[in-house]
Amino acid sequence: MRIDTIVEGVVIDHIPAGGGMELYRYLGLDKLRCQVALIKNASSTKMKRKDIIKISGNIDINLDILGYIDPGITINIIKDSKIILKHHPPLPERIIDVVRCRNPRCITASEQDISHIFKLTDAKKGIYRCVYCDTRAERDRTR
Amino acid sequence: MRSLIDILDLSTEEIDQLMDCAEDIIANPELYEDKCRGKKLATLFYEPSTRTRLSFEAAMLELGGKVLGFSDGQSSSAAKGESIADTARVVSAFADIMAIRHPKEGAPLVAAMNATIPVINAGDGGHNHPTQTLTDLLTIRREKGRTDSLTIGLCGDLKFGRTVHSLLQAMSRYDGIRFILISPEELQVPEHVKTDILETGNLSYMETDSLMQVIPDLDVLYMTRVQRERFISEADYVRLKDTYILTPDKLKIARRDLSILHPLPRVNEIPSLIDSDPRACYFKQVLYGKYIRMALILKLLEVD
Repeated sequence: MRIDTIVEGVVIDHIPAGGGMELYRYLGLDKLRCQVALIKNASSTKMKRKDIIKISGNIDINLDILGYIDPGITINIIKDSKIILKHHPPLPERIIDVVRCRNPRCITASEQDISHIFKLTDAKKGIYRCVYCDTRAERDRTR
Repeated sequence: MRSLIDILDLSTEEIDQLMDCAEDIIANPELYEDKCRGKKLATLFYEPSTRTRLSFEAAMLELGGKVLGFSDGQSSSAAKGESIADTARVVSAFADIMAIRHPKEGAPLVAAMNATIPVINAGDGGHNHPTQTLTDLLTIRREKGRTDSLTIGLCGDLKFGRTVHSLLQAMSRYDGIRFILISPEELQVPEHVKTDILETGNLSYMETDSLMQVIPDLDVLYMTRVQRERFISEADYVRLKDTYILTPDKLKIARRDLSILHPLPRVNEIPSLIDSDPRACYFKQVLYGKYIRMALILKLLEVD
């Protein structure tokens, strides 16, 4: 299978196999007008199988959430067909309106206009808690 | 502008300063009777409360200020569907400071994010109740003369009891504190409280289901009510509500300088015949609650 090389854009590599679609939804890539390729189950010497997302074009999307999804992911920024920056995403201090609080007693459950905000409370374990009720964040796989 | 939503919003130095201020108010009440003249406290109580609301109102009145508010969500705009954010903005136009109690966790934080005046969390569901914790700390300091090097037993409902979790958080920042957690298995301190507070802070604690066994070791015994409203099953509530009752027999083997605290209201975990025991501090605790709230109002209003 051939996917064209990107001249300018972002390649999100080392996504655990099967996680690409989830990440695609989290990042709202369906709303972009540029070319996006989601490669599933690509061969990998390190991971055996991995997913890759290639986004072509000068885009403005917030990639902070990638650190929350999986800090092992690699972000490659491409310009003039070359990788100009390669890094693992850090854990964001806050994630806003990405995951929903599951606590039925939380104020976010009864007032719909409130942003769902989670803060990083344990960087070592990557634990996020709701700023309103301290409930631990759980990934929403139904998105 | 500062608000108090979580006890950890305050450093231990700030808590100590608040307690110093409360002790000064106790010693010299006449110096404080006009401190808040011309200021108004709004009490927004979306669920029933006697002690906390009256304590806040008494605190403001004793500082020379005035109070306004409601004591039932059904008599407020919330019944018409007004959001917490909007209510907070509206109340900001009428008062200088507000205290809010709400059954939903995090409601006071939403109020603080939208208000233009200081907000005090007066209890949000089973989550936080920082002014109760300040009350507990002041009581411990007044009764024991210190807030460090103490063995503190927490007894009863340690799972749902918000005052217990906040007290663990606050006391864990002082040196030499040893916790003894006394509860039936069903009502033990939740795992996240153990991992986030007790184990992260390398604190000394033990769990037991026997009050009798550990009561001789305690400097402070913090009793809690098994709260009906926190149970989903009525049968579970009935089965567990009488589990830990403080009887004269148990007190016989306790230290003579033990301090018995309770956030109140009690149901039957402390029979009224214990009230005359000099070790019973829970009614003094109510009084200390008013003084620490006076100190807090002064601090948040930045009144010297």
